[in-house]
Amino acid sequence: MQWFAQFFSRRRRYEDISISIHEHIEERTEELMADGISRKEAEQRARREFGNVTLIEERSGEVWQWPAFDSILADLKFAFRRLRKSPGFAATVLLTLAIGIGANTTVFSVVNGVLLKPLPYPDSEQLVSLWLNAPGAGGLANFSSGLQLSASMYYTFSEQNRTFQSMGIWTPSNASVTGVGEPEQVRTEMISDGVLETLDVPSAAGRWFAPADQDPHGGKTVMLSYGYWLRRFGGDRSVIGRVIQVDAQSREIVGVMPRGFRLVDRDFDLLVPLALDRANQKLAGFGYYGIARLKPGIGLAQGDADIARLIPVWMDSWSNGPGTNPHYYETWRITPGFRSLKQQVIGSIGGVLWVVMATVGLVMLIVCTNVANLLLVRAESRHQELSIRAALGASRMRIARELLIESVALGVSGGVIAVGVAVAGLRLLVAIGPADLPRLSEISLDARTLGFTLALSVLSGFFFGSISALRYAPAKASAILGGTTRTASAGRARQRSRNVLVIAQVSMALVLLVSALLMIRTFAALRNVEPGFADPQHLQTMHIWIPDLLISDPQMVTHVQNNIADKLAAIPGVTSVGFAGAVPMENNDPNWDEIRVEGKIYEGGEPPLRLFNFVSPAYFKAMGTRLVAGRDFTWSDIYDLRPRVIVSENFARESWGSASAAVGKRLRQFSNSPWQEVIGVVEDVRVHGVDEAAPAIVYWPAMLNDPYTPKPTIDAPRFVTFAIRSNRAGTESFLQQVQQAVWAVNASLPLASVNTMQEIYSQSLARTSFTLVMLATAGAMALALSLIGIYGVISYAVSQRTREIGIRLALGAQKGVLRWMFVRSALVLTGVGVVIGLGAAAALMRLMKTLLFGISPLDPLTFLAVPLILATAAALASYLPARRAAGIDPVEALRAE
Amino acid sequence: MANNREHRDLFPGALEVMILQSLRLKPMHGYALVKHIKQVSDDLLQVEEGSLYPALQRMLREGWLDAETGTSAKGRPTRIYRLTDAGIRHLETEVVSVEKMFAGIARVLAVAKI
Repeated sequence: MQWFAQFFSRRRRYEDISISIHEHIEERTEELMADGISRKEAEQRARREFGNVTLIEERSGEVWQWPAFDSILADLKFAFRRLRKSPGFAATVLLTLAIGIGANTTVFSVVNGVLLKPLPYPDSEQLVSLWLNAPGAGGLANFSSGLQLSASMYYTFSEQNRTFQSMGIWTPSNASVTGVGEPEQVRTEMISDGVLETLDVPSAAGRWFAPADQDPHGGKTVMLSYGYWLRRFGGDRSVIGRVIQVDAQSREIVGVMPRGFRLVDRDFDLLVPLALDRANQKLAGFGYYGIARLKPGIGLAQGDADIARLIPVWMDSWSNGPGTNPHYYETWRITPGFRSLKQQVIGSIGGVLWVVMATVGLVMLIVCTNVANLLLVRAESRHQELSIRAALGASRMRIARELLIESVALGVSGGVIAVGVAVAGLRLLVAIGPADLPRLSEISLDARTLGFTLALSVLSGFFFGSISALRYAPAKASAILGGTTRTASAGRARQRSRNVLVIAQVSMALVLLVSALLMIRTFAALRNVEPGFADPQHLQTMHIWIPDLLISDPQMVTHVQNNIADKLAAIPGVTSVGFAGAVPMENNDPNWDEIRVEGKIYEGGEPPLRLFNFVSPAYFKAMGTRLVAGRDFTWSDIYDLRPRVIVSENFARESWGSASAAVGKRLRQFSNSPWQEVIGVVEDVRVHGVDEAAPAIVYWPAMLNDPYTPKPTIDAPRFVTFAIRSNRAGTESFLQQVQQAVWAVNASLPLASVNTMQEIYSQSLARTSFTLVMLATAGAMALALSLIGIYGVISYAVSQRTREIGIRLALGAQKGVLRWMFVRSALVLTGVGVVIGLGAAAALMRLMKTLLFGISPLDPLTFLAVPLILATAAALASYLPARRAAGIDPVEALRAE
Repeated sequence: MANNREHRDLFPGALEVMILQSLRLKPMHGYALVKHIKQVSDDLLQVEEGSLYPALQRMLREGWLDAETGTSAKGRPTRIYRLTDAGIRHLETEVVSVEKMFAGIARVLAVAKI
């Protein structure tokens, strides 16, 4: 920093020198005058004696200069002056760079915000997400990449571990809040003791939950999110202590969490104590997310080992009720599979983001080669000047430095504009990005991102500058001067370096186009998959939750749901209405459990787990899920509690060979449960998204005998999703009529998650379509840039060879042959680029394998089509300058020099 | 520079030693320094202005001198140069090496005379 201070104190130093020297001469003059010489003569003599005042001043001043810096400053001024003189060149380069660097900055800010930044919790690297591996648990452990915790596990693990500071479990839920305006369905998180302690974010107002709040028989309390507090209470601090009705239960507000606080990756409105009743806990109930904070200095592996030790302890300490075998879970082979909380939050989006980052990085390389090409042409036009300077004694370093300074100045100026591009790009990206992109709110252009932009600008400046600097700086003066004499075509070597750049561009563009086309093919393949429902645009869905406290009798719940369905069916334009525990692709599995098919012996004595859903009559009709065999439920099946089920086609085939064979067969859940008759078979439904295989599903009636209670008890799902088929789905007037219909049955019931099935379906494709848009954009940019590159090289070659062409034409060359000569040279470059690119693409596409669906990473169609597209485009790009070459008038061409 | 052939140019480092030694007596401005050295050496040594001012700046940068705003004998503004502690230390080591060098030269010259 010292030279920096010096730089600014220099002005004062110069002034000091000047004053000193002035006084020196003045004093000498007076001395001479004292000897009787006239003032004029004395002054002249004093100056003569002193010597060259300016030179001495300069010499003295030089002591304070940082010579390299000053001459760099001069070079910089010179570079900008020259850029101003060729605004077309400057604008092209700056725009290309701004788009390239801007795209990279945008994607980097997403990568930074999502993948690189630590989570917004204190010492977040100590936080772990508690998931278990259970290869023996079938779909129960599969569908969300691991087995969740049960409440009993939480008790055993949190009380007996040696490696964790704190631990808690939570589960997302919905609740209706009444008593504050219209009934509203809000997102709640039911959290156990330890969750807030683990995340360690203090409340913005009031307090955290205390252990007393977790007493199932104690006072009822609730905490608010910052957003809900502002929305509903206007940020009023006196809200602490107020009572609100949550699911018809009075709860006292004890605290408000601060702005931006999310429970891991979830936004919520209310936090409600889980208030587990320890006395009622069983081994089962694997439905809780777990988080914990490791003690300082303890690693994940030690935490895993600690909990692995406790799993047998857990089986010995709890049971699933009399007559059950607590060591049944040994067949599940449960082991801890803890991961860092960050990894949990990021999930699999990392792969997508890195691919997108690599893609825009490749685009940046193409941008650099393009700019390098332009700079080569520019240096070419200066090379007489440069060689004269070299001849006059300018060192290679000096010339190389000047060229580099110009390119770095271009790079940094492009970077400045790029920040503007990035601001716009970020908005666009957040808008089109997948809605499940985690940590979306944490994405911003922060210091790290701007540092990245600066580094990228400077580095790319060095990169594309060094190509022309290497080309021109070391050349011997004589060689350069000789190069432009009357020989036909200037310097083969220089043309060669441009050719290499074009080949590099073509091969990189090929890689990008291949990846874009693979994504397009993936998307098409996904769109072609039969999802198991029809015409999603005209299918309205919505959640309705009937809390215990509102209607306690399960039979009444089903009646209310039936009434709602009837009212909805009466809305004009509605063709069918049904409801179910869950609709496809909402990542909401109602239940997984064992199913025993009559007459079948299972390996190891335990049958595999199957996905359950609970459906009303006409649900399949509303969804457009085809009935393959048998019949649908009727309301009397449901109200009479007839032991009947419907199964999916793949389950029917697996169990009985065919769909039609399944009708009339029997299955049951536990060996002591009553048999259920299969009355129908429906087509397979891709409930976890079109890219995941359809699981075997058993559909139970919407009201049934609870299989988990010792004596038969009627149970009905209280959280259901309605499916309404209508041409008016999604319109404002329709939604209003839907709301009126629901409120006509019960005015305390709020609607939630009102979406058309199309929206849910698109959401499940969001990640793929996001990747597709990004790669397609990058591919299009790459194609355009490399075409500009090819066009530039060919037209430059034409302009350089004007004389040669003139001679050829004068000697009788055919115009067609001449045109072909130039097009052919473009095709040769493209061909070489394509061959290199194909090799690179074949190697790189394997990395994209996880993003593809239904096609091979070496998809022959893609690998055939892209080279053809590139070759055609290259031929077109070179045809224009080639035509110009053929149109040259030989007389003009020869006279030109 | 060519007009002072009778006065020998000083070897590198000598000018600095002389400036430091002069300023050790009292702080001075540039012209006073030239006159001082000329007087003290009985006109044997004449400091070149072309060397003096760059040398002063160099010594300022090294931290051997300080420059302060002052006035000349005639009351005009100028810069007065003053020796710093670092300057004194530098002078002391330099004086030793200059003396050694003179002794060495004197011996070589004495041998050559025989």
